Amino acid sequence: MADLELRGVRKAYGAFDVIKGVDLSIAEGEFCVFVGPSGCGKSTLLRMISGLEPITGGEVRIGGEVVNHLGPAERGLAMVFQSYALYPHMTVRQNLSFGLENMRAPKAEIEARITTAAQMLQIEKLLDRRPKDLSGGQRQRVAIGRAVVREPRVFLFDEPLSNLDAELRVEMRGEISRLHRRIGNTMIYVTHDQVEAMTMADKIAVLRDGQLEQFGRPLDLYNAPANLFVAGFIGSPRMNFFPGRIDRGAVRLATGDVVALPALRFEADEGKEVTLGIRPNGLRPADSGLRLTVASVERLGGESYLYGNAPDGTPVTVHCAGQTTVEPGADIPLALDTGEVHLFSAKSGRSLRKDIRS
Amino acid sequence: MASFLTRTRGKGRLHWTDWASYAYLLLGVFIMFAPVLWLVVSSFKTEAELQHYPPRLLPYIQKTITLPGHDEPLPVFKVTRGELAGQEVAQVRRIGLVSQVVRPEDPQTIVKVSISDRAPVERVALATTNYSKLFARFNFPRFFWNSLFITVVATAITLLVNAMAAFALSKYEFRGRGTVMALVIGTLMIPQTVVLVPLFLVVREFGMINSLWGVIIPGAATPTGVFLLRQYMLTIPDEILDAARMDNASEWKIFWRIILPLSAPALAVLAILSIMWRWNDFLWPLIALSRSENYTLQLALNSFQGEFTTDWASLLAMTVLTLAPIAAVFAFLQKYIATGIASTGGK
Repeated sequence: MADLELRGVRKAYGAFDVIKGVDLSIAEGEFCVFVGPSGCGKSTLLRMISGLEPITGGEVRIGGEVVNHLGPAERGLAMVFQSYALYPHMTVRQNLSFGLENMRAPKAEIEARITTAAQMLQIEKLLDRRPKDLSGGQRQRVAIGRAVVREPRVFLFDEPLSNLDAELRVEMRGEISRLHRRIGNTMIYVTHDQVEAMTMADKIAVLRDGQLEQFGRPLDLYNAPANLFVAGFIGSPRMNFFPGRIDRGAVRLATGDVVALPALRFEADEGKEVTLGIRPNGLRPADSGLRLTVASVERLGGESYLYGNAPDGTPVTVHCAGQTTVEPGADIPLALDTGEVHLFSAKSGRSLRKDIRS
Repeated sequence: MASFLTRTRGKGRLHWTDWASYAYLLLGVFIMFAPVLWLVVSSFKTEAELQHYPPRLLPYIQKTITLPGHDEPLPVFKVTRGELAGQEVAQVRRIGLVSQVVRPEDPQTIVKVSISDRAPVERVALATTNYSKLFARFNFPRFFWNSLFITVVATAITLLVNAMAAFALSKYEFRGRGTVMALVIGTLMIPQTVVLVPLFLVVREFGMINSLWGVIIPGAATPTGVFLLRQYMLTIPDEILDAARMDNASEWKIFWRIILPLSAPALAVLAILSIMWRWNDFLWPLIALSRSENYTLQLALNSFQGEFTTDWASLLAMTVLTLAPIAAVFAFLQKYIATGIASTGGK
């Protein structure tokens, strides 16, 4: 039973399509992350679900019921905004109670819900302060608290961590995940940060130009990206791409190297132009193979990254476990782990794997 | 703050530019306050003192004395020449250049003294009768109430109406929003005197001539107010409004609970402007109100200036009473003008 379902949802500003028909179904209790580069329409899509943005076409269903015509509050959702959007002239307590008062909840219940939420988010001591007297992390908690007290069917988060510094962001990330495990509501979370998406999500929806590129579990997206865009977007550092052509069941790269393909895994017609993708940890320094001119080396202690170019100029990143002795300027051969190879159509960008229908 | 105000260019001692600055500022203070002080001091002078030439800075009152056989208190003079020289006498009446006086010890015996041989005995004192007379002889409380009613009600209506217009013009997207805004601003270019006659006709059709509402309603919506509030409301983040919508707040509630409190600094500025406009307004009340029981203070002040005589003492006293409330309002609200932008609660 899908808790939230989008069917052919479209949004147009005049003749300009922002959301070009998205179908999506999020099960009850799932933590779903919308991720994509800026301008891909992920925030617009969230606002359309929330009801703040009217829908041009298609249907939004919550709990099986079409909610297109309902206003934001009637949909039983709560939203956490990027700028927190706390009411500056109200105390934290008033911020939390405002929504409940508007729904004419009894006073005792408001008080009880605020107490519970404040304990859960550890903001009991801040209840009588005003937002301007709070730190960024505290404001964030209050913003989440304002959503929690409403006890909504679905939580919506619009890039809630983008205003926090790196350390606090990691901390709040864990906190939101814990909150999800604790109250178990459906949550939709918008971010442009694929690390946030990978670490928090049950399901990730990758969006680009108002279209859903792929929807699935984080590791499914990582292991079996449906197209070049998802392959490049998910995973850090990003996947290496080499242009090539199918030649007698193998891939002949533009560099002249030939990569053998595991049989039966790809739908590859002879002579087809393809892009071969391989993640940095599918490459390793070897005695012979693809040549890499190393431009820079990042030594992180436990692992190292080599950045450089293949002979045809393609940028290449290599992940090495442990500490490497390779120096910038070196010219080293690389071996490819053929089990890690992804193959995409050069023309459409689609994955050529047989088990992916995109 | 203190170090900022006492900052000088010269270190240790004053540079000549410091002297120049202080002199310039003191001149400004003098130009600003001298007329007001002169007004306040003069309002405590008797009619006779006001006519005194050359004018004197402080209010003087001639000493009077009540003597048996005379109903009225008599003004006291000191004789400067003649046989009574050096004595204080009370003047009973004056005929031409001769003053008929009596000595306090002998109130029945009239002595004639040339008016050039006597000088009034005066002391510095406040003629508070100028003020008490306002209440005794004129219906000052009535005028004051009229002014107060018009100012308070009109300001309240102005704030509400202008804030609602500004809210719509700043936070809602609709076709013709720019045009409406341009029209509102455009009305600033039409002088009030041009619309005076049409306005009069409209107000008369509504039967509001000679009613305080006839003064209040026509000026309730001001382009300046709409513009000022709109510019301020544009700075309130839309996300706060969205958050309120998610919180089940109606648009009216958003206006009332979110927009108005957050616009407080701009509303305070508009309130001060509106209070000053309304309190000092003269032309339109003069046209709309013709019965004296509806007069505002400004109209009442005007009525002291007759064709042949002017009751300066009452005029000045009432002017002071008219100034006092507006000065108090300004002193109370001026800190809001300086108060900066309210914290938006965002990043």
